[in-house]
Amino acid sequence: MSELDDFRAETRAWLEGNCPAEMRTPIRSDDDVCWGGRNPTFSSPEQKLWLDRMAERGWTVPDWPRDYGGGGLSPAESKALREEMARLGCRSPLYSFGISMLGPALLKYGTEAQKQDHLPKIARGQIRWCQGYSEPNAGSDLASLATSAEEDGDDFIVNGQKVWTSYADKADWIFCLVRTDKTVKQGGISFLLFDMASPGVSTRPILLISGYSPFCETFFDDVRVPKANLLGERDKGWDVAKYLLGHEREMISAMGLGTGGGPSLGKIAVEAIGAEPDGRLDDPVLRARIALFEVRAAAFRAMSERFLDELKAKRTHPAQPSMMKYVGTELNKQRHELMMAAGGSDALEWESDRSHGGAGARAWLRTKANSIEGGTSEVQLNIIAKRILALPGA
Amino acid sequence: MPLFHTDDQAMLLDTARPFLAEQAPVAHMRALRDADDRTGFDPALWARFAEMGFCGMLIDEADGGLGLGAVEAGIVLEEIGRNLTPSPFLATAVGAVTALKGGSRDQRARWLPRIAAGEAVAALAIDEGGKHRPNRIALTAARSGNGFTLRGTKRFVAHGHVADLLIVAARTAGGSDEPDGITLFAVDKGAAGLTAAADRLADASLSAQLRFDDVQVDADAVIGELDGGWAGLTRTLDAVRTGAASELLGVGTGAMARTTDYLQQRKQFGVAIGSFQALQHRAAHLYSELEIARAAVLKAQQLLDAGDPAAERAVMVAKAMAGLATTLVVQEGVQMHGGIGMTDDYDIGFFMKRARVLAELFGDSDFHADRLARASGY
Repeated sequence: MSELDDFRAETRAWLEGNCPAEMRTPIRSDDDVCWGGRNPTFSSPEQKLWLDRMAERGWTVPDWPRDYGGGGLSPAESKALREEMARLGCRSPLYSFGISMLGPALLKYGTEAQKQDHLPKIARGQIRWCQGYSEPNAGSDLASLATSAEEDGDDFIVNGQKVWTSYADKADWIFCLVRTDKTVKQGGISFLLFDMASPGVSTRPILLISGYSPFCETFFDDVRVPKANLLGERDKGWDVAKYLLGHEREMISAMGLGTGGGPSLGKIAVEAIGAEPDGRLDDPVLRARIALFEVRAAAFRAMSERFLDELKAKRTHPAQPSMMKYVGTELNKQRHELMMAAGGSDALEWESDRSHGGAGARAWLRTKANSIEGGTSEVQLNIIAKRILALPGA
Repeated sequence: MPLFHTDDQAMLLDTARPFLAEQAPVAHMRALRDADDRTGFDPALWARFAEMGFCGMLIDEADGGLGLGAVEAGIVLEEIGRNLTPSPFLATAVGAVTALKGGSRDQRARWLPRIAAGEAVAALAIDEGGKHRPNRIALTAARSGNGFTLRGTKRFVAHGHVADLLIVAARTAGGSDEPDGITLFAVDKGAAGLTAAADRLADASLSAQLRFDDVQVDADAVIGELDGGWAGLTRTLDAVRTGAASELLGVGTGAMARTTDYLQQRKQFGVAIGSFQALQHRAAHLYSELEIARAAVLKAQQLLDAGDPAAERAVMVAKAMAGLATTLVVQEGVQMHGGIGMTDDYDIGFFMKRARVLAELFGDSDFHADRLARASGY
């Protein structure tokens, strides 16, 4: 057996021995998702145990260096771990914008002190981060953002407003784009990290069509931030922002993979609608729609594997995350449309216990934001056209 | 294994790409068509394929081949697709070779060296109706004397009129819809009672209709098990379906490159039409579809080469997705070329026609999506 085979066998054995049974069941609603933070909420003791065990091995972030709380695994080992977790249906122990977005940017642009300060806490789920990017007048045209940071001795004084800040009301820290030079657009943006408990920070949740409020308006009123909390150079924050957006797009694209572990669309439909004697769904047109969707979903799963492999080997096009984000989010929206069609009137329930408080309908509505957040589908198509296809004037 | 080409595979691509682009660009196909070629390919080019080692690439090393796999065959096929090269490579070097791997030592000794040397061309005689339904085999092979008598017809047989070897799926038992009772036969060119008529298809390729009027074959013409040919047929079909998916991907990639180039060059309203967002977004969508199709095809190839049981589903996905992606690319390609795209002078129309044939070959996207649904229990 190769070393990788050994690793895979050991990993499988460890997961079987250490992943609690409840953590191997599909996620039913947002309550099943673990976000960590200073004041974490766990839906069960098993959820906490699973996070603790994985964090101890550095496997919340398997490919980060051990010095920063990671697992220090090679690309091939990380892949084996992912595959073994998928095989057993293990839930992800920790959902975290620190892991999927800020971490990679810290690893690339952070000072040693910043890495030591922040990465281990992200890895262990001790600090929950939120992202201060969009503003009321800076959406797709993100670089027109106006939140200002003025120098004052060793500090910046931050004033302005962010919007669509995911879970700002629950987050401990924010990574935030601010304007440090009003005379140039992209070249006047800096990237700041600060504590959401700082005086002058306030948040207001926004009620969405799903009935949930995952997004907030976030206000900064003379917030004092030490200059040492600048990530990357002053006025060079746009580079950090774009690098991070690439990772954000990868994360969002993963939605195209489905939640994993749960019943397939076809099985859900058979359960809800019934089957012909030969087993075929008793709704031929929906069956065909699901089947063609599943072709593209399976192809996208292969694409995700290829993308990650190419990324680790540093052979992917820098704009490829835009393609992943575009396809993954459009697929996720289609999946939820089909789930609603499969579920019929049952899927419309909004409050009942058996629907887990309308989890399906609310998730369906939530997916509509997938192709808006992190850069709209149209913005991704612009990027592909310009940077990959080299079409003129894009 | 990472889902990208190994260094060796990348080297093969570095060889195959310029070889096909120089020896058999689209102009080669156009010239054959304009000369009203009735062979269906250029024998001199096929000899070059053999010199390059392509013809025997899937043959086991023990049988004198290179012992390569579906990934490598796919590399050659993608270049064939990109250049619209008429070639018996898919049917012979992939299809017949895969079928013969399940054959006797004598069958392998008789055919594999000739295939590897480029001296024998093979064809797959499977389909009987207008749509690919490989379990619906009505051509019968009845026991007679020391062998069998074949009676029936086959359609959509690429190279069937010139092939030295026909791989024939025949019914030796069971009802006409059943997988059980199918047997594969190796039938020689020129067998008494065998007639082949080649028709030109929309893409200018030649496709044979075969009639078996009591064709006598010996018992040793049976490939693999009597009545148990379904497994070998499925293996063969999975190999050529994956191969056809690669060729489709090549057709789509070639059409995409021409379309992108046209968007950059063609000026209207004083600017390149590629600067219009309406076209940019459509082009970017085509790119995305081709990318996920490429991943699906490579996944199927790697799983086939690993002998992984998951290959079966991956092949369904690969053929269906390559069909969906390339069909969209060629249609949009013609539309974005505008009026010039409708002319015979311009190559983009050839890509659309070839894509239609390949999409149909060995099961279209609907066929494979339906199989995927059945395999998934709905």
